[in-house]
Amino acid sequence: MDSEGSQTTVTERQDSLVKPGFTLGTVTDKISSIVLTRGTTKGWLGGFAIAFALFVLLNIAMGYLFYRGVGIWGINIPVAWAFAITNFVWWIGIGHAGTLISAFLLLMHQKWRTSINRFAEAMTIFAVACAGMFPLLHMGRPWLFYYLLPYPNVMWLWPQFRSPLVWDVFAVSTYMTVSILFWYVGLLPDLATLRDKAKKKISQITYGFFSMGWRGSASHWKRYEVASLLLAGVATPLVVSVHTVVSFDFSIALVPGWHSTIFPPYFVAGAIYSGFAMVLTLAIPLRKFYGLDGMITIKHLDIMGKVMLATGVIVAYGYIMETFMAFYSGNPFDHYMIMNRMVGPYLYVYWTLIACNIAIPQALWFRSVRRNPLALFFVSIVINVGMWLERFVIIVVSLHREYPPSYWGMFYPTRWDWAILAGSFGLFFTLFYLFIRFLPMISIVEMRALVHKTEKKEQAA
Amino acid sequence: MAQVFHRSANLISKVSIIAIVILIGVLTYGFYQIEESAWYSNIGLSRQQPVPFSHRHHVGELGIDCRYCHTSVEKSAFAGLPPTETCMSCHSQIWTNADMLEPVRASYRDNVSISWLRVNELPQFVYFDHSIHVRMGVGCTTCHGPIASMPLTYRFGTEYMSWCIDCHRQPAKNLRPRAEVFNPYYQQPSAVHPVSYNGVTYTDQLTMGRQLMKDYKVASLQDCDTCHR
Repeated sequence: MDSEGSQTTVTERQDSLVKPGFTLGTVTDKISSIVLTRGTTKGWLGGFAIAFALFVLLNIAMGYLFYRGVGIWGINIPVAWAFAITNFVWWIGIGHAGTLISAFLLLMHQKWRTSINRFAEAMTIFAVACAGMFPLLHMGRPWLFYYLLPYPNVMWLWPQFRSPLVWDVFAVSTYMTVSILFWYVGLLPDLATLRDKAKKKISQITYGFFSMGWRGSASHWKRYEVASLLLAGVATPLVVSVHTVVSFDFSIALVPGWHSTIFPPYFVAGAIYSGFAMVLTLAIPLRKFYGLDGMITIKHLDIMGKVMLATGVIVAYGYIMETFMAFYSGNPFDHYMIMNRMVGPYLYVYWTLIACNIAIPQALWFRSVRRNPLALFFVSIVINVGMWLERFVIIVVSLHREYPPSYWGMFYPTRWDWAILAGSFGLFFTLFYLFIRFLPMISIVEMRALVHKTEKKEQAA
Repeated sequence: MAQVFHRSANLISKVSIIAIVILIGVLTYGFYQIEESAWYSNIGLSRQQPVPFSHRHHVGELGIDCRYCHTSVEKSAFAGLPPTETCMSCHSQIWTNADMLEPVRASYRDNVSISWLRVNELPQFVYFDHSIHVRMGVGCTTCHGPIASMPLTYRFGTEYMSWCIDCHRQPAKNLRPRAEVFNPYYQQPSAVHPVSYNGVTYTDQLTMGRQLMKDYKVASLQDCDTCHR
């Protein structure tokens, strides 16, 4: 009996959300030292240099785009939407995992969110920044983007509120605002910790400025808790609503392959799917290079693998239903659309997508795969690629064979299409590198609370 | 540990929050003030013309009808600028030696048009037709202002889209009987200045306007492609 009991404790410990041995003090030191004392390492500098080079490429590509117009891309009639919109949908989908982790799981009292929520929220903000850029770049006259906003103007015109593109503006801007607020409110106590631990005057002033006079008094904590809960309540519906609105961009239109009622749930599942893949793509190198495997444990990876598996199955169901409905409906255009995807000119894209999104992720059924960081990293990259291809298939492959055959064509990306896609990664990773250098990538406050609770539980046991 | 910030930072931070709100309000207010200003919209702008032609003299004092010079206003999109011959129909007889009119005589002699500068000019992406507006009972002075009292012609309306669409949304506010379209002194019906139309005397613009909309079959056209074709 006694030996059995100790056996369970050992297994439990191996499988805990935080490695045993952490105390309130060591958690704070560990996380804050990455920012304050570790300094700028060669590895960070190298990664940042690559990201920044891509960011410069983005700026060059945007400069040329503003000079010459969207004609530098491969788009034309009939395929007027291609890379830019694909990138938009993909990036905004990425963001959804961050919101799900930070808001939805907070309300659900899921403790495993603790060590991953901070950088997942940062990922959300940077991904939404990348996403928000694309519809503007896609405009013929991007300097008139503010026409999309309802403001009193000398034209006495409002935007067309019946257009899903206007809903998009509201969905994305709300999402951006709430995400930034949520992230920033969560950062306040940690910024104050950094302020107090910083040795350099400039760090003290900067962190002090942004911590807004946080003193850690009981009333501060009370308001902090209330604000976090309220913002979580506001943010949770956004997990579902934002990508639903994005899916309306397509499902409201009459193009075969777009006009489908399955789109909203299917897009939301896909968004969470790709978002968790991106969280893993970021988390696995982070825990390795910054020695955070005591906080982002194998159990975290395991759980995220399960979430991907579940959402991946929903996405697969979406693909199957799309195919089924195309035949069951008896609609010749839908029928043609599906056949064109499978055996048409873009068949390689379609089957790569099926391999990436359905076939390979089935490996996640195996516990050994979910608990192997390298294998999981590989699967997460594959899913990221697959989800990008999914949007490409939905957008380009649907458009290139619309109703009348006189209206058929092909889309071939130009070097500027690729430059902007690569550049958006540059923007994302530039921001992310700056984030891990200057801000605590794991929430110190929440980790301390978790350690405190674990300690109490162990004492009780 | 020493405090990073001085005590005064507490006050500064609170004040700055209020200041940001006020600043945004002031900037917004300023923006709309500029947009409405004559400086920005060119209301009241008169231009240096080759001949200082006075509508006040010709329309107000002499009572020449609009259509004597702007001949195509009832038939085409463009109201028409008079050829020099129109000027000379009078000025070959009167003021024949006036220095002021030398460019007119030179134009007639050399067969070169006078280069009038346009005071009202809509952008190229706007389709506008004078004839239909005149036919539907939109008076000249509704858009061009008190032309009979303009020594030099100036711009009366902003020419913003809001200016057009204000009337397109509610034509009844501005319509007048066809007989009054070219009357430069026309005043909207009121208790003091009743207007009679079709045997009925109106003292209220909206009542008459609605009747006119019915009689002239005026629709409130607000589609984008009404003007942006």
